[in-house]
Amino acid sequence: MEKFTRLEGLVAPLDRNNVDTDAIIPKQFLKSIKRSGFGPNAFDEWRYMDVGQPGQDNSGRPKNPNFVLNQPRYQGAQVLLTRANFGCGSSREHAPWALLDFGFKAIIAESFADIFFNNCFKNGIVPIVLPAAEIEALFQQVEATPGYKLVVDLQAQAVIRPDGHGVPFQIDAFRKECLLNGWDDIGLTLRHAEKIREFEEKRRINQPWLFA
Amino acid sequence: MPKTLYDKLWENHVVHQEADGTALLYIDRHLVHEVTSPQAFEGLKLAGRKPWRVSSIVSTPDHNTPTDHWDEGIKDPISRQQVETLDANIREVGALAYFPFKDPRMGILHVVGPENGATLPGMTVVCGDSHTSTHGAFACLAHGIGTSEVEHVLATQCLLQKKSKTMLIAVDGKLGKGVTAKDVALAIIGTIGTAGGTGYAIEFGGSAIRGLSMEGRMTLCNMAIEGGARMGFVAVDDTTINYLKDRPFSPKGEVWERAVEYWRTLHSDAGAQFDRVVTLQAEAIQPQVTWGTSPEMVVAVGAAVPDPAKESDPVKREGMERALQYMGLNPNTPIQNIAIDKVFIGSCTNSRIEDLREAASVLKGRHVAANVKLALAVPGSGLVKRQAEAEGLDKVFIAAGFEWREPGCSMCLAMNADRLEPGERCASTSNRNFEGRQGPGGRTHLVSPAMAAAAAIAGRFADVREVL
Repeated sequence: MEKFTRLEGLVAPLDRNNVDTDAIIPKQFLKSIKRSGFGPNAFDEWRYMDVGQPGQDNSGRPKNPNFVLNQPRYQGAQVLLTRANFGCGSSREHAPWALLDFGFKAIIAESFADIFFNNCFKNGIVPIVLPAAEIEALFQQVEATPGYKLVVDLQAQAVIRPDGHGVPFQIDAFRKECLLNGWDDIGLTLRHAEKIREFEEKRRINQPWLFA
Repeated sequence: MPKTLYDKLWENHVVHQEADGTALLYIDRHLVHEVTSPQAFEGLKLAGRKPWRVSSIVSTPDHNTPTDHWDEGIKDPISRQQVETLDANIREVGALAYFPFKDPRMGILHVVGPENGATLPGMTVVCGDSHTSTHGAFACLAHGIGTSEVEHVLATQCLLQKKSKTMLIAVDGKLGKGVTAKDVALAIIGTIGTAGGTGYAIEFGGSAIRGLSMEGRMTLCNMAIEGGARMGFVAVDDTTINYLKDRPFSPKGEVWERAVEYWRTLHSDAGAQFDRVVTLQAEAIQPQVTWGTSPEMVVAVGAAVPDPAKESDPVKREGMERALQYMGLNPNTPIQNIAIDKVFIGSCTNSRIEDLREAASVLKGRHVAANVKLALAVPGSGLVKRQAEAEGLDKVFIAAGFEWREPGCSMCLAMNADRLEPGERCASTSNRNFEGRQGPGGRTHLVSPAMAAAAAIAGRFADVREVL
């Protein structure tokens, strides 16, 4: 996983509650057995006028001019600003893979669905929860300011606006360390291999029905 | 101090704990299907790692498999490759149980696990599938995980977790005739909202929940995720233990006795404290129908489509307007005036024997309305299908004009050929009414199996209580 320390990125607004992972990456693209290449199909049903198929060349497909991420001013955005319950529904990690492949490295929302939130950390995406009032203010500023950028400073746990105003955010200490260092979870866990083995052996004796 | 069921399940699985409370939890059961596992197996191989305990794995393909013409195999080459990849991976590493495509016990993982006794009380159960919450019906700590976590569990038999907050949803009283676990689930989501359970582990309790069969409890826990909670569970009681007796992977003899003794402790202690308590009265729950593109957009069958003009929150109002536009509905339309094109009875929510019995009891001696283009009955597994056929339910469905299919996820998410065409409207027993979920442009209304059957006959939504 790539390290995440500090990011200054263009912000794209997706002004909706309950953006589900089916919308982020529709099911037909889940047939891939790879982790990469989902970006061109991120938000496929909202982004294109036709129905996308896996393996298709997406460059010539008709785009929906009304979909916000198609607007020229948001091209190259790295920070996604959205509302409540982002990433609800299916546990598909293809959703963060698609967002990352699209270019997003940080997502700022009023709230996230639990599984999606978790999946972000496994891919070096920082999901940031801010109070509704801060989110509303950010939407207004992004709307009003072409080229609006935000700084996400993970070490300092703050989102810094162009006017210098810093908005603090919470993050679990363990997750923060993992992101800052780009640590591989599995490697970290295997440091406790001996402990896992001991636990397992005790379990095998006390609850043998679990080991049929 | 009195403990909640969640406390007990959690404490029984902690291997190690970090200073900030992040814990390493031991995983007892790992369910594996074809869509969310290939990248995990590949990652494992690339890192030169071996699966930690293959006897924890139960696997079957379900999302991509066709539900008809099994003799012709899987026609879509990309779907076929995914199923073949699962096949190759499981055959290479091994599993406690693997039911490949066309195996008599193949089916939807969340139906297959419990019916084989591979889901046992007190287990941690994970799967790269959000509807893993289903297994909470057996007092399991069961939830969906992403593919990186699938790889993590394969490699370490553990997951990094932070403890959730606890919510008790108590439904007391007696459910009315024609009101099912699905209606309870939808009514709960209508009450707490699709984000209401975010950050919580939900325990379902109360006399109405204790009165549900295991099938009903599975339906309810399955939908916990649609209320935002990764997991929902029900305490062990006689219903749980009677269901598990003599299943293929259930313990036997002296070990069974020991297991039962432990399982009997899997309930919240009297006086246990929850972070939030929600109570519903069973008698007040009516058959439910969703009208929008989120499961929280739900009303009773006797109601009308809500009017966004009456919503004061502008973001919510816009969401309602967008949903109505997508669904092709006008505000204030009575639910029972909405005509349907297709009917789907199936999915990990509602494809078990009891679901099929409920639907068949409505369909018996009746026929699907002329305006219904397709009515699908898709049993949750090969075992469910054969049980239904032994009871003659297949004949009831077929006589009523339904297609009786082979098991699989089918039109719940339309990864196979079963899907809605743009603009088509479906009465569906599945779990998500998101835009495009059952096919691009498709319009999904979530209902119970009995309500889907009633809609099939009427050609529009109808109150099943009037035809029972």
